[in-house]
Amino acid sequence: MSTRTADRKKSAKGTDIASREWKGPWRRYDIIKEGVIAIVVVSILTVLLAGLFSSPDEPALTFQGWATSAPDNFYATAVQELAGTSTSASYGPPYNTVGEGISVGPLAPQKWFGVTHPVDAANDFVITPLRTQGQSADVTDALATWDAASADQQTAWATDYDTALTDAEGDATAVADGDYGPVPVLAQGLTDIAAAGVLDGILISQGGFYQTDFTKQVLFLGDGSYLDDAATAANLQGSTWGMMNETGSYPGQAWLWLYSFWYQIPQFNSDNPDDYLTSHADAIIFYIMALLSLVLIFLPYIPGLRSIPRWIPLHRLIWRDYYRTQAKSLAP
Amino acid sequence: MNPESPIPAVQPDSTPGESPAGVRPPPATEVPDDREENAGTWTGGLRRAWMAKLPPDKLLPERQPAYVASWIYIFGVATLAAFLVIIATGLVLAFTGPAWYHTSSLGLFTNSMHFWSVQLFFVFMVVHLWGKFWMAAWRGRRVMTWITGVVAFLASIGTAFTGYLVQTNFDSQWISFEAKDGLNAVGIGAFFNVANLGQMLLLHACLLPLVVGVIVVWHVLLVRLRGVVPPIDAVDKEVSTASLTGDSVSEARP
Repeated sequence: MSTRTADRKKSAKGTDIASREWKGPWRRYDIIKEGVIAIVVVSILTVLLAGLFSSPDEPALTFQGWATSAPDNFYATAVQELAGTSTSASYGPPYNTVGEGISVGPLAPQKWFGVTHPVDAANDFVITPLRTQGQSADVTDALATWDAASADQQTAWATDYDTALTDAEGDATAVADGDYGPVPVLAQGLTDIAAAGVLDGILISQGGFYQTDFTKQVLFLGDGSYLDDAATAANLQGSTWGMMNETGSYPGQAWLWLYSFWYQIPQFNSDNPDDYLTSHADAIIFYIMALLSLVLIFLPYIPGLRSIPRWIPLHRLIWRDYYRTQAKSLAP
Repeated sequence: MNPESPIPAVQPDSTPGESPAGVRPPPATEVPDDREENAGTWTGGLRRAWMAKLPPDKLLPERQPAYVASWIYIFGVATLAAFLVIIATGLVLAFTGPAWYHTSSLGLFTNSMHFWSVQLFFVFMVVHLWGKFWMAAWRGRRVMTWITGVVAFLASIGTAFTGYLVQTNFDSQWISFEAKDGLNAVGIGAFFNVANLGQMLLLHACLLPLVVGVIVVWHVLLVRLRGVVPPIDAVDKEVSTASLTGDSVSEARP
């Protein structure tokens, strides 16, 4: 390196204000005092807000509440679990292999990682809970009939009854005659133990003593309309900015506003579930947010974006005292 | 120097460890030079590197450049303060379990403090982030300060999200039901199960606060190391002098 080049580099480094120690005026500062004051003020503010407004705490929904307040819907959902037509039963990875999962172009990570939280909707939600309790004679007989039948026969009974129940608009008393095997009795048996409050305990224990995984309860609860209706009533649906809302009038996760924003766009939220963007919205929006997060992280390296603060000089407000002083000192 | 002083004066050219009179003291009482003592040890190397990069007066300063005079600077320290309140209230909740606040008025109040300190934390942090954007605060080798700040923001969102999942109420039921689809669609749900209360609780109370805490400490140390970014187009004495003498000037530009 020539001496001239070295001198020029040294000179540039010396005059790059942002990269070296400030050579202008200083002012007194007490970092510990500032930190202590901040902690005290924020603590007082927190206590005041907590005392004045408390915090949201809507009790969790229960299967007992569902089966007593919407028994027809619970009954129909139990039939769907047996028929394999519920959302959970046909979900795909990571719960089962019935569905393919969402893929965007060659990206199919939902399928790549396979089934990591196995859920057998018919057995986990209906048959096993019924079997764990002493049942009436008709339910016991229905379980025996179900167990003795082939898988194809079970599916045929359940899907036929599911179709007939749908045709009867969910009214079990109006279902057309047909060969539905033990399905109606099993669905009624599950509705009865749910209404009695027994199913909540059965699903929590899942045959063991300790349990911290609520995957099956959440999936089963979401298969019916009970949870969805409650969320709609609480203004928590994704199509109405629900992701960033909280129950009641409390602030929710407002920092998710951009994530929530994409779900408000009609292309991602159309009435046609077969529309590509709507059916793939969860994956596409996640990728968009991941990309935007990377842009934010590496913003200092992105030409144009990093120059916005110069083009829109809000910094002149932030440092207005400095610029005023500088203007005076540089004035002729 | 007082010629009658009982304390012998140390000659400027005396060898460390040697008495002023040139008589070497007994080896047992010899105090090695600090540089000799630390030579070759990792501890000494780390301490010297730390002291060279971040001496105490830089870590705990008693002065700031005069341009550090705006309300926008309050929001950084306010974010840290809110984070400490979150940790303190979270520790109380951790001692009593996720369902305590449903049945105890003290629990509800503690949960409310936790809830509102999180809200304040994000308000302060977002204002701080926007402020740093408009200040183009990544200038002058401060890119890593910006990156750690944004990563802390994103990690905080994840931490808060798991907090909403462990409320053990209707809100957590609905959030876990809704959120699973997005996470499953991109494969994350295979390992991060929002309906697994045990997993979410451990992540929320242990791992994620640790991640946020480490990134925040790193961020704050970088701020102390690099100093507060000067105003865009700032001119100080040296630049002003260079301008007058016609030297090439590189100002503080985004």
